[in-house]
Amino acid sequence: MEELRQACLQALALIGRLDSQLFEIVVLSLQVSLTAVTVAAVIGLPIGAALAVECFRGRQAVIVLFNALMGLPPVVVGLLVYLLLSRAGPLGPLGILFTPTAMIIAQAILIIPIIGALSRQTMEDAWREYEEQLRSLGAKRLTAASTLLWDTRFSLVTVVLAGFGRAVAEVGAVIIVGGNIDGVTRVMTTAIALETSKGDLPLALGLGIILVSLVIALNAAASLIREAALRRYG
Amino acid sequence: MLPLELRDLCFAINGNTIIDRISVQIEDGPRTIILGPNGAGKSVLMRLCHGLLKPTSGTVAWTGRRPNRRSGGQAMVFQRPVMLRRSALRNVMYGLKLAGVSRTECELRAHDVLDAVGLSHVAHHPARVLSGGEQQRLALARAWALGPEVLFLDEPTANLDPGAAREIESIIGAIHASGAKIIMTTHNLGQARRLGDEILFINQGRLTERSSADRFFREPASAEATAFLRGELP
Ligand SMILES: Nc1ncnc2c1ncn2[C@@H]1O[C@H](COP(=O)(O)OP(=O)(O)O)[C@@H](O)[C@H]1O
Ligand SMILES: [Mg+2]
Repeated sequence: MEELRQACLQALALIGRLDSQLFEIVVLSLQVSLTAVTVAAVIGLPIGAALAVECFRGRQAVIVLFNALMGLPPVVVGLLVYLLLSRAGPLGPLGILFTPTAMIIAQAILIIPIIGALSRQTMEDAWREYEEQLRSLGAKRLTAASTLLWDTRFSLVTVVLAGFGRAVAEVGAVIIVGGNIDGVTRVMTTAIALETSKGDLPLALGLGIILVSLVIALNAAASLIREAALRRYG
Repeated sequence: MLPLELRDLCFAINGNTIIDRISVQIEDGPRTIILGPNGAGKSVLMRLCHGLLKPTSGTVAWTGRRPNRRSGGQAMVFQRPVMLRRSALRNVMYGLKLAGVSRTECELRAHDVLDAVGLSHVAHHPARVLSGGEQQRLALARAWALGPEVLFLDEPTANLDPGAAREIESIIGAIHASGAKIIMTTHNLGQARRLGDEILFINQGRLTERSSADRFFREPASAEATAFLRGELP
């Protein structure tokens, strides 16, 4: 008990004095996950919009696939990206295995289905309301899709934040493709795993506290944005 | 584009006939009211005419000169106004932009038409927080701005209080006076009397009677219409 209390105090002290090792890890984590979520949003949101308004053949299959991919185990994604990027793999010549870029790719793959599936749900609900009006005004599918993207923007912020939350908290994929190299690919989750096993509880705890605070803050921000938007725009 | 010619128009869903062999020619000029009890098929008929639904059999044909606008020369206002998540002004501009109107022209026309429906003071308010009556006026403005040759209105006052309904009715009068053909559904007898020049009476998917409003209210020819006028149909 006393040991735990000491660890907690030391963790808070690390955060309090902006410990450089700790903050290097936090900053890298944010860089990787923010880039990954940006890439995933740029790919996932248009897919979600297209699925919401298009009635092409196989649409249902794509939706089921996306919903299934939402539950993709991160280690499996890590393994697949590893195989792609390893020296013998098809993208081996790029030489990006064990770099932040590899981690960004893995996280993006992990959350594209989440952003795609959740945003489709959101935009499909809006489409049910808008469809006749937009068709009456002569909107083609592409226009309809971009209108939906814009009109559900506040709900989509929540969707994107959910994706970010999953990316930043994920450990299995980044540890495989990043390698947890100190100062290069060590992010919050992989550092927590390593430091815990090494017995450096203060650093692990400090990172854990920051990670949890971040996730809570994100969720709070998401619901605040939505509520404010609802009040303001209806 | 008028006259609008319906030939043996049928529409069925899951084997239920909703529109049953309607043939009629609707000419330019008088305000045409599609009158009938709830569930008669008025809304479905209107969607068929506007092109939002495909007939099961029979045809909807505009037999007149082609309109020279991309919007197709027809617009529709729905029972529940569909407001896009943007300002009132942007809602009107949205329709104009889809119709291929240049941006500066869009803005000018949008301001004019908002003025005409008495919404200038809320031009920059988010459309979805306007009152029900204001939203329906905005929906009328969005349709009117397109300068349609034909305006379809599906029970445009059904969800409104009497005061708001009267405002809508006077705007409809102004739109008609500006040269648009009005085709409107209602199950409200008072409204049909106030706005109707000619009546198409629909019951259970069939066109049972067509006559001038004067004659319809003085001496309805069919038993169904007589019952409806006595308030015996829903
Ligand atoms: N999408 C639909 N699916 C099944 N039934 C429908 C659908 N749309 C309308 N109907 C049925 O068609 C009939 C006519 O509906 P509607 O045209 O909305 O009547 P109203 O004259 O009140 O506007 C009703 O019995 C309604 O239940
Ligand atoms: Mg109806």
